[in-house]
Amino acid sequence: MSASPSLRSRLAHQVRDIPRSGIRDFFDIVSTMKDVISLGIGEPDFDTPWHVRESTVFSLERGATHYTSNLGYLELRKALGKYVRKAFGAEYNPDNEILVTVGVSEALDIALRALLNPGDEVLFHEPCYVSYRATILFAHGVPVAVETRAENGFRLTRAMLEAKVTPKTKVLMLNFPNNPTGAVMSRADLEDIAAFARERDLIVITDEIYGELTYDAPHTSIVSLPGMRDRTIFLHGFSKAWAMTGFRLGYACGPAELIEAMMKIHQYTMLCASSLAQKAAIEALARPDVDVGEMVGEYRRRRNYLVSAFAEMGLECHRPLGAFYAFPSVAKFGLKSKEFAIKLLNEERVAAVPGTAFGDCGEGFLRCAYATSLDNLKEAMVRLKRFIGKL
Amino acid sequence: MDELLKILEGNALESRATIAKMLNLPLAEVDKRIADYEKAGVIRGYQAILNEDQLDLDKVTAVIEVKVTPQREGGFNTIAERISRFPEVRSAYLMSGTYDLLLFVEGRNLHQVASFVSERLAPLEGVISTSTHFMLKTYKRLGVLMHSEQPDERLAVSP
Repeated sequence: MSASPSLRSRLAHQVRDIPRSGIRDFFDIVSTMKDVISLGIGEPDFDTPWHVRESTVFSLERGATHYTSNLGYLELRKALGKYVRKAFGAEYNPDNEILVTVGVSEALDIALRALLNPGDEVLFHEPCYVSYRATILFAHGVPVAVETRAENGFRLTRAMLEAKVTPKTKVLMLNFPNNPTGAVMSRADLEDIAAFARERDLIVITDEIYGELTYDAPHTSIVSLPGMRDRTIFLHGFSKAWAMTGFRLGYACGPAELIEAMMKIHQYTMLCASSLAQKAAIEALARPDVDVGEMVGEYRRRRNYLVSAFAEMGLECHRPLGAFYAFPSVAKFGLKSKEFAIKLLNEERVAAVPGTAFGDCGEGFLRCAYATSLDNLKEAMVRLKRFIGKL
Repeated sequence: MDELLKILEGNALESRATIAKMLNLPLAEVDKRIADYEKAGVIRGYQAILNEDQLDLDKVTAVIEVKVTPQREGGFNTIAERISRFPEVRSAYLMSGTYDLLLFVEGRNLHQVASFVSERLAPLEGVISTSTHFMLKTYKRLGVLMHSEQPDERLAVSP
């Protein structure tokens, strides 16, 4: 594994200096063990809906195996335009305002690369998805983390942003419903943030990959608020709501100038997203409500179960309102998150990711994904209870 | 449909305590609602879903399409309820289309089903004709696949 010192010295600094994902380290430990119940999986346990899979096979037979337009199949972009208007409340022109990407990860990367000059600052809230800080750094930006807190339901407030904004701030990144906390922003919460972005003239990048997965109130997107569409890049994809993680299919919607700039990078690096994945997405969008509705009901019941099981064993946890993660506090046991997670894994064979994998302010928390069967959750709760009883 | 019924339809053996947690309800309320459903006849029973092909049973199942004459009083119900009472009839439905009733009939062998049809079903007053099809293999029953799914191939930990 270890490269010779001379080769290491040749690596680009911003790559060399970025640590590997904390998730990766944890994965390496878990993968050596047997009979582990994993609450560490950040992808749905549902299968991709059968009609989507069946139709993908048909597309393969029909020979949809060639390059597509750089932006993606027009048929797909048209379907996306309709879906985003209905589900998120913003209008985009399929001809030049929608770009189909290789997952939201690519979309985020090229959005940042399209916007940032070296030294430009990017505000993002932590705890957050593991890639944000690194992606900003790869794009030669300066990551400025804004800490969200459990007592506030891990929501972002204008005051938190005001404390960190500078004249160099160019971009504000949002991710609600949130991985790893399950936090959601109400319309009123978002209105404050939108006003801040307008007054500071910031570009907003909003990653709404969990947008369909809210349990107590419908999701509001910041793009639907007045004056926001024209300064926002909206990112979404098929991984979570349609359980299509391996298809690697995402998309970006935004004003034509921004999408054009992102398309330049996409065209020279990716060329296009996988043709078969795009065909699968067209089929998925043909009946979104049926597929997604079933999953949402199931996740909601599991969320309820998990939160009340935590409460019963005296584990503090804010009520997660979206995505499929709970983020209980384990601070009172006097162990660091990582120590707690490793001890839990060794002693009870339950894997949950230490909060620090999602930013320093995740210290004291544990991410428990409920994208696993109820039987697994029940057994995991029995083990967790036994474990904290011994601490 | 009430979420409680949905959970029971998926797994009738789910403990009441877990159901209460999933629905954010007190345990007593879950008990009461289930009792009410049972009393009202909404819940008619609880059964295991078997893969009978694995059991090597002496049993055949026939799907029978039946044309009947509706009666002056009672329409299709009188004859349908009459037919449903035979224990050989496991399920019975009124259908739209070219026939009226669809029956799932079980017997020990082909001969037994044939004699049920010719001696009991067909001679009933009001039955015009029958068409019998024998089932060969079950792939899915009551929403449950009869072949095992692939094991979970997801990475044990992912972002």
